[in-house]
Amino acid sequence: MKKFFRGTYLAMILAFLYAPIVVLMVLSFNASKSRAQWDGFTLQWYLELFSRKDMLSALYVTLSVAFLSALIATILGTTAALGIHFMKKRSKNFVLGVSSIPMLTPDIVIGLSLMILFLALRFSLGYTTMLLAHVAFNVPYVIFSVLPKLKQMNAHLYEAALDLGARPAIALWRVILPEIMPGVVTGAILSFTLSLDDFVVSFFTSTTVQNLSVMVYSMARKGIHPTINALSTLMFAAILALLLIVNKRAGLDNVM
Amino acid sequence: MKHRNLFAMPYVLWMILFTIVPFFLMAYYALSIEGTFSLDNIRLFMDPIYLDVLVRSLRMAFICTLICLALGYPAAYFLASKDFNSIGVLAVLFVLPMWMNFLLRTYAWMALLEDSGLINRVLLFLHLPKAKLLYTENAVLMGMVYNYLPFMILPLLSVLKKMDHRLIEAAEDLGAGRRQVFMRVTLPLSVPGIVSGITMVFMPAVTTFVISRLLGGSMFMLFGDLIEQQFLVTGNWNFGAALSMVMMLLILLSMAILRYFESSATEGGNPT
Repeated sequence: MKKFFRGTYLAMILAFLYAPIVVLMVLSFNASKSRAQWDGFTLQWYLELFSRKDMLSALYVTLSVAFLSALIATILGTTAALGIHFMKKRSKNFVLGVSSIPMLTPDIVIGLSLMILFLALRFSLGYTTMLLAHVAFNVPYVIFSVLPKLKQMNAHLYEAALDLGARPAIALWRVILPEIMPGVVTGAILSFTLSLDDFVVSFFTSTTVQNLSVMVYSMARKGIHPTINALSTLMFAAILALLLIVNKRAGLDNVM
Repeated sequence: MKHRNLFAMPYVLWMILFTIVPFFLMAYYALSIEGTFSLDNIRLFMDPIYLDVLVRSLRMAFICTLICLALGYPAAYFLASKDFNSIGVLAVLFVLPMWMNFLLRTYAWMALLEDSGLINRVLLFLHLPKAKLLYTENAVLMGMVYNYLPFMILPLLSVLKKMDHRLIEAAEDLGAGRRQVFMRVTLPLSVPGIVSGITMVFMPAVTTFVISRLLGGSMFMLFGDLIEQQFLVTGNWNFGAALSMVMMLLILLSMAILRYFESSATEGGNPT
């Protein structure tokens, strides 16, 4: 009896979470633009999606910014973590404190303050500024993902490598890096994910170039459009597939 | 490592440029008008119109957090107690919406709530009067709950799953009834998760402007909308910056309060 109650409750919550998504998915195949009538099955919105330059370019921007900013943030963040790890207590605490500011600040404030910065530096707000902004909010997450791994690492491993004749650079590459790799990977994935989904910071730091979220925002303000429904369905399918694959291979505990 | 200090150098420079400088720029705009020091921006904020917006944002964020907690805790509790293998397909299903694009999730609700949308169609079908659902405060509230519920469930689930079940068994062995076990063992131990969940819901809820803009229309102003408007529409950067600093203060304050509750709650419930 209790099991029934549990199951129903969870089912209701799931229904609440998925109702809008399911509606969008169904509507994406609707031949009529209307949200109230079903006019027959069609793939025209999907085709239109692929022919629209603005959507494809927004997709490209989103993916490339996410990938590049994750890459840059990971490199910058990992070297930073290495440096911070060996700092003296006072400077370490200071740097860590300032580093955590982007994580605590609301995205509006981050976006606006960076916009002010870029404009004060006379940069034009476009792809580069968006990329820089993404790196800026990603790096702290990389640092805080890598640092615990550095702490856990046995410090003597590095010394042992040096004693065995390895040059510091080699010791770094072949001893330290593999040890902290899980942290690095977590940081990279986290950065990528945060970038993909970002709206507010991208909105303020780029006027000419749009990422997907910004594009959906400007389209949605005018009302519902079937191509967005098609886009949602595709993204949902992609994410579902991704999560299922990850779940199968590594167990979802690692991702959560 | 000889040059270990140099490793952090590039980052420290970066940090100064992209974290510290913007902050001071913001402070500069907030505390000045036309380049000269002035507290007028903050005085302007004290106007009832603007305080109203702040109060509304706080109120809605608070209600949203409560609803998320009320809906999310049971969900996390049931999920955690399910006996099947740790995190299965069911948990994937709960996490999935979180991974969907935030804009698209909000947009999805627009489709449901609008006058010609699904909900009204169902009402029409049942011969009930059409309801104006979109562009209302409740629409925004529902949009908030919809977007942030997974962020409440996730930390709760993680904490409830990690809980040592032997403590529950011990309590039961000592004669505690089901309610007692929950109130005196499970709940206190789940406080870190609750605090985490509240943080992950309240902060974004107070600062959002997307949800209110899309689901509430241009007339519906939350704190985030106000700030955005000052910067992009009115062009009053000074006032906008002052509002941003107020918002940051708010966030820091709520975090301090949450931190306080977390430490006092966990101290009491510490099993060892």
